[in-house]
Amino acid sequence: MTAAAPPILEIRGLRKSFHHVEVLRGIDLAVLPQELVFIIGPSGSGKSTLLRCCNRLEEPTAGTIRVDGVDVMARATDINAVRRRIGMVFQSFNLYPHMTALGNVMLALRKVLRRPRADAQQLALAALDRVGLSAKARSYPAELSGGQQQRVAIARALALEPKIMLFDEPTSALDPELVGSVLNVMRELKRGGMTMLVVSHEMRFARDAADRVIFMDHGAIVEEGPPEQMFARPRETRTRAFIAELAR
Amino acid sequence: MEAWSRFLDTFFKPDLIERYSPAILKGVVVTIEVAAAVVATGIALGLVLAIARSFRVLPASALIVVFADVFRALPPLVLVLLVYFGLPNVGISLPSFAVLWLVLSLVLAAFAEEIFWAGILSVPKGQWEAARSTGLGFVATLTYVVLPQALRLTVPPLTNRTVAITKNTALGTVIGVGEILNQATTAQSFAGNATPLMMGAIAYVILFIPVVVLGRFLETRFQWRRA
Repeated sequence: MTAAAPPILEIRGLRKSFHHVEVLRGIDLAVLPQELVFIIGPSGSGKSTLLRCCNRLEEPTAGTIRVDGVDVMARATDINAVRRRIGMVFQSFNLYPHMTALGNVMLALRKVLRRPRADAQQLALAALDRVGLSAKARSYPAELSGGQQQRVAIARALALEPKIMLFDEPTSALDPELVGSVLNVMRELKRGGMTMLVVSHEMRFARDAADRVIFMDHGAIVEEGPPEQMFARPRETRTRAFIAELAR
Repeated sequence: MEAWSRFLDTFFKPDLIERYSPAILKGVVVTIEVAAAVVATGIALGLVLAIARSFRVLPASALIVVFADVFRALPPLVLVLLVYFGLPNVGISLPSFAVLWLVLSLVLAAFAEEIFWAGILSVPKGQWEAARSTGLGFVATLTYVVLPQALRLTVPPLTNRTVAITKNTALGTVIGVGEILNQATTAQSFAGNATPLMMGAIAYVILFIPVVVLGRFLETRFQWRRA
């Protein structure tokens, strides 16, 4: 990574209103290649909406978003082509219940990338292997634990070789003893050089894996910095109050 | 003992059973033909309408809703009579078989559309979002992710509705479609005996019990273990 490397994700002046409620009030954020940026903040602060604007699951009201140099908002942009470059992992996994783990990972390889079946299967198995679940390839989501389901969901996104992975509270729906397995996969991704934007409350994970922590409140970025600074000596009162609340 | 033999004489007279069996069998064939045609076109049209509605283009959706509501509200018999006796006045004269098929298909389509639509709506939003976030388009998401889940949910209500509509093939009797009931009432008026009607009733039971059983089988077969 060089200092001159252009950001993978570049957000400028992003605003989003639902009806008349402004959820995002002008967000500026750049995520550099191989960087893991962690977003914290109270619920309702707009973290998830920010993430969901990046691949236009939510339509931004104003602002620009560039992913790997491509203007996500431009009329001429093929949004489906952009989306397959942005991996997304949801709080509630959202695996397809009628397909096996392998089927879940293969679907976009077959129907978006148009890979032949054998080819897609090989890539899907490789992706499942990366999350440690190649042995569960033939299992249906209902036969897997929450942690396993979330790792299949990560493999599903990973198989498309995204430029950046967005994680929307990936461990919030998990039983405490299953959180570790998912975080370990995310650590592996980080080690492998994946660029990641993570919304989560896993402070310990943020401390040892994040390059930068961003604190959001009321639809704006209040403060950002390296994790050691953000957790030990935040500058803003609101940040301090939130961190203290989390540590309780 | 005398009451028993009177009962047998009224509903199960052996010589009448023998005489009218061919007619009833002919009726069975016609009923099966109408029912099969109605199920095929009605369910197909219902699915097409539900898919069209999922695009959420306002004028099209409104038209579909109006169609579904009108055809679910009207008694099928009214529609059968309206089309059979009304259309010739505007120069369209359809054979009675075609009228019965058309009307029942439209009625089944109206119910099927609502059932499929409810199935599509019942698939969680997260399924759409997960699929779209991997770059699948609207149609591909509908085809590979949403419909397979929606269709499983629709099997039980759709089976019930299909049985109900195919039983309405008996309405063909009022416009002279030679189905089971038509054959049975004709025979009954000639014979002055209810035996042909009983034969018709038994024919319906033999015909529809397997459909009901098949519906139950599909119901269990199409369930899958949910997360």
